[in-house]
Amino acid sequence: MLDKHRSAITQSKTRPRRWFRAGEGRTAFFFLLPGLIGILLFLVLPIFASIALSFTDWQLLGTPHFVGFANYTRLFTADPQFWTVLRNTVFFTVEYLILNIVVSLGLATWISSLKFGQRWFRGIFFLPTFTPLIAVAIVWMLIFTSGGLFDSLMERLSLPFSGVLNSQTLAMQAVILTSIWAGVGYNTVLFNAALDMVPASYLEAARIDGATAWDRFWKIRLPLISPTLFFGTVMTAITSLQVFDQIFVMTKGGPGSATATLGYAIYQRGFQNFQMGYASAIAWVMFALIMALTALQFWFQRKWVHYDN
Amino acid sequence: MAKLTIRNVIKRYGALEVLHGVSVAAQDGEFVVLVGPSGCGKSTLLRMIAGLESISDGEIEIGDRVVNDLEPNERDIAMVFQTYALYPHMTVRDNMAFSLKLARRSRQEIEQKVDDAAGILDLTALLDRYPRQLSGGQRQRVAMGRAIVRNPAVFLFDEPLSNLDAKLRVQMRTEIKTLHQRLGTTMVYVTHDQMEAMTMADRIVVMHGGGIEQVGPPLQIYDEPANSFVAGFIGSPSMNFIDGLVVERGGTAELQTEEGVHWPLPESARAYLGQSVRLGIRPEHIAVGPDGVQARVNIVEPTGSDTHLQLQVGSQSIIAAVRDRPSVSVGQPVPLRIDANKVHLFDLASGKRLH
Ligand SMILES: Nc1ncnc2c1ncn2[C@@H]1O[C@H](COP(=O)(O)OP(=O)(O)OP(=O)(O)O)[C@@H](O)[C@H]1O
Ligand SMILES: [Mg+2]
Repeated sequence: MLDKHRSAITQSKTRPRRWFRAGEGRTAFFFLLPGLIGILLFLVLPIFASIALSFTDWQLLGTPHFVGFANYTRLFTADPQFWTVLRNTVFFTVEYLILNIVVSLGLATWISSLKFGQRWFRGIFFLPTFTPLIAVAIVWMLIFTSGGLFDSLMERLSLPFSGVLNSQTLAMQAVILTSIWAGVGYNTVLFNAALDMVPASYLEAARIDGATAWDRFWKIRLPLISPTLFFGTVMTAITSLQVFDQIFVMTKGGPGSATATLGYAIYQRGFQNFQMGYASAIAWVMFALIMALTALQFWFQRKWVHYDN
Repeated sequence: MAKLTIRNVIKRYGALEVLHGVSVAAQDGEFVVLVGPSGCGKSTLLRMIAGLESISDGEIEIGDRVVNDLEPNERDIAMVFQTYALYPHMTVRDNMAFSLKLARRSRQEIEQKVDDAAGILDLTALLDRYPRQLSGGQRQRVAMGRAIVRNPAVFLFDEPLSNLDAKLRVQMRTEIKTLHQRLGTTMVYVTHDQMEAMTMADRIVVMHGGGIEQVGPPLQIYDEPANSFVAGFIGSPSMNFIDGLVVERGGTAELQTEEGVHWPLPESARAYLGQSVRLGIRPEHIAVGPDGVQARVNIVEPTGSDTHLQLQVGSQSIIAAVRDRPSVSVGQPVPLRIDANKVHLFDLASGKRLH
């Protein structure tokens, strides 16, 4: 009697259990639905639509006609602006990425060396991160505009930089400066947190081994935060290839095409010239560029990123 | 190789004083163990020797140099950390070579020294592994290897074995001891494990509450503890303490507790007749006898070689460690005999040993 009871218990324990029951699954699906609809409607659908559109000549109004690879061929062979735009984008990305990483790493290291006020500085540097980029860009545009704060400052210092937003070469620098101001805080806090997580005993062991502060930074701390550094670099590279807001507000891609980037070109073609198909093609070129750069970074990480365990 | 002298060293964190004027010296080539309960300031003292903590007051001398204001790497010391602190992004070889590379030694010399140290510690096969690919004991050895290659005047160890399992700990204990005999370098070793202290030390420094309680060779500390703290801290299971009055009964000195239990005392205890004292007796000096103080068995703990008996005498709990395997059972009343000549007497107020 007892034996029978016991075997019944073991049986119920060993019987393979399905990880969900049909009823549970249906309920779960129901709860997922709002999010799922959102993703399908506003993410998946537009992605597929833009692939499709990039092979058409859709003008926003009217019916789209299939044009094959015409948009792409025009982009790479006929469009006089495309290579400039591509060069601007890469230029922005390279300079911004390097400056951002160097400045944020410097700030992060400086903050982590402070005895007091670490939290305050982290807070202050993080502020721009949750300030709308458009607002930031408007303020900087007013600073840089002809006769603005920046110009009077330059005049006071008798430096030959004025009207930078109208300068072929300096306009991009103004955009980059604005982007740095807005974007450096996030990486600063990210790197600072990583630096603080490096166990003190490694640094103490290094001190005993005779490492100077300089050695400790380059040979111990930096390699130990390299996974975070890598993450920060990849994310920053992706966002800088997509740069749009600052340019839209500050320069409108000008003067001429001096600050026109891929992001701005998509807007221009799509929403000013209503060449939706063409804009979609540019968007997919941008996507390919981001993928390529990210893949490149993942390939290079083997050389410098150290993962523990 | 060098001697190490610590003079009146004080450590303050703000207004909080954690070391209250510590003075101790290690002879050239001596193995000194700092032992004490958690929070007594062992690590702080060791880190001050290493140069990782500033010295609030007093002097630390290594060899003939006062090192108070020297950087850690200028002090000619090497330190093994409790967590080993092996650089996770470097191979065993690079971990061991790190200090030599920083000192810009020739490649040949570095290779030579790393290979030598690896040979001593049996690490040759592991040189190209990363710390994460090593077992706890192997990491421990790499940490020692990193210290050895620098050929320092003084080795410092901060609880290097506490992350290892019991068996490995015993094995590494022997290895460190062997290493010491081989290198003959002055070593300062921090532990809270009195067993490690007893087995490894040439001299033990017992610390408590930011001060030193006693300094001496292991057996001296064990046999002649300076006070009841040292007596209770060193030895496992701990010494039993019984408070009472020294009285004379039937021509012999005895200790009479408040509950009226009488414990035998040595003849010389007559000097304290009429005084309240604390009696200390080690568990191994208590035997289950044919006659003696009546006790009841609470718990029987066989350890294999010994049997630990937890006994109840009145409201007092007493531990006896007996060599043979007594046929006693829980709840059984047994008579206890203590070896009167092995009894220690401590002053009740100061804890100082009287006898
Ligand atoms: N940075 C600090 N600020 C304030 N007090 C500290 C600081 N570091 C240590 N202490 C205090 O100093 C005392 C000694 O600490 P220490 O680390 O030397 O103890 P320990 O003997 O090594 O103990 P354990 O066996 O637990 O490692 C402790 O009471 C601790 O709280
Ligand atoms: Mg400690």
